[in-house]
Amino acid sequence: MTLWWILDLVLLLVVVPVVVILLNGVLSEAKSIVPSVNRISKAAAAGSKDLDAVPLLLTTQDQVRQTVNLVADYGGSLNTILDDA
Amino acid sequence: MPAPGVLLIVTVVLIVLALVFFLVSTIVALKQITDGLDETIASVVEIISKSAPVNDVVVDINTNLDVAVGALEGLLVKKAGMVDAIGLVDGLYPGAGAVGFREQGTTTAPRISEVYTRGTLTLARLGREAPVAVLSPNGPALRNAAYGSAAARTLYPADRPTRSPVIGTDSPIQYEARDADSSAV
Repeated sequence: MTLWWILDLVLLLVVVPVVVILLNGVLSEAKSIVPSVNRISKAAAAGSKDLDAVPLLLTTQDQVRQTVNLVADYGGSLNTILDDA
Repeated sequence: MPAPGVLLIVTVVLIVLALVFFLVSTIVALKQITDGLDETIASVVEIISKSAPVNDVVVDINTNLDVAVGALEGLLVKKAGMVDAIGLVDGLYPGAGAVGFREQGTTTAPRISEVYTRGTLTLARLGREAPVAVLSPNGPALRNAAYGSAAARTLYPADRPTRSPVIGTDSPIQYEARDADSSAV
């Protein structure tokens, strides 16, 4: 009977607090990750939205080609008009 | 049932309840983390797909611009000569002559105000000295657009005449015309 009481006291005074402390630590760490993940998710979404203008690069590319062609035409004309050094 | 048995059962039940509470709470937190990571992964995949063609497009743009710069530099060197081309570039953008051209390199830039013709200087003034070029890329314009008369005073750095020269038949100094007949005087 005495041994039984000792077992009960050990369970109640040692095992239960240890279990609660360990599980509470796991829970608090898991909860602390949630805000960080939410911030990362928002940042990734904002970064994705910032890249919505990337297709305009195709317009820039086309305009650069047109400009270079125009400059080449002017350069060719100047090459014809002006004497060499 | 004896009292120690009841206490044992109560203790075990307490442990099980604590396990259930904390494990369920942990599961909920992990579920939130999983959802957040799913959204993050979706956004990152969007970023990757959107930025995939950027490299090729930018490389193409830079290639075209490099070709244009090389052609224009080559044309300038061909028409003006290496020395004059460097001098003109250095006159427009002081210090740029030391950097030189991409393909043709550089040479010692001449003093543009001593070597170049008026027309070339006019071209140069279209750069930093022009009033419209107050916001030139290499500092303020050389010519003060608001007080432009100061530039004229620099023509007489030592003793500036206090009056304008008198001209005409009553002028104190009479100049003989070059083609005049000296025997008639």
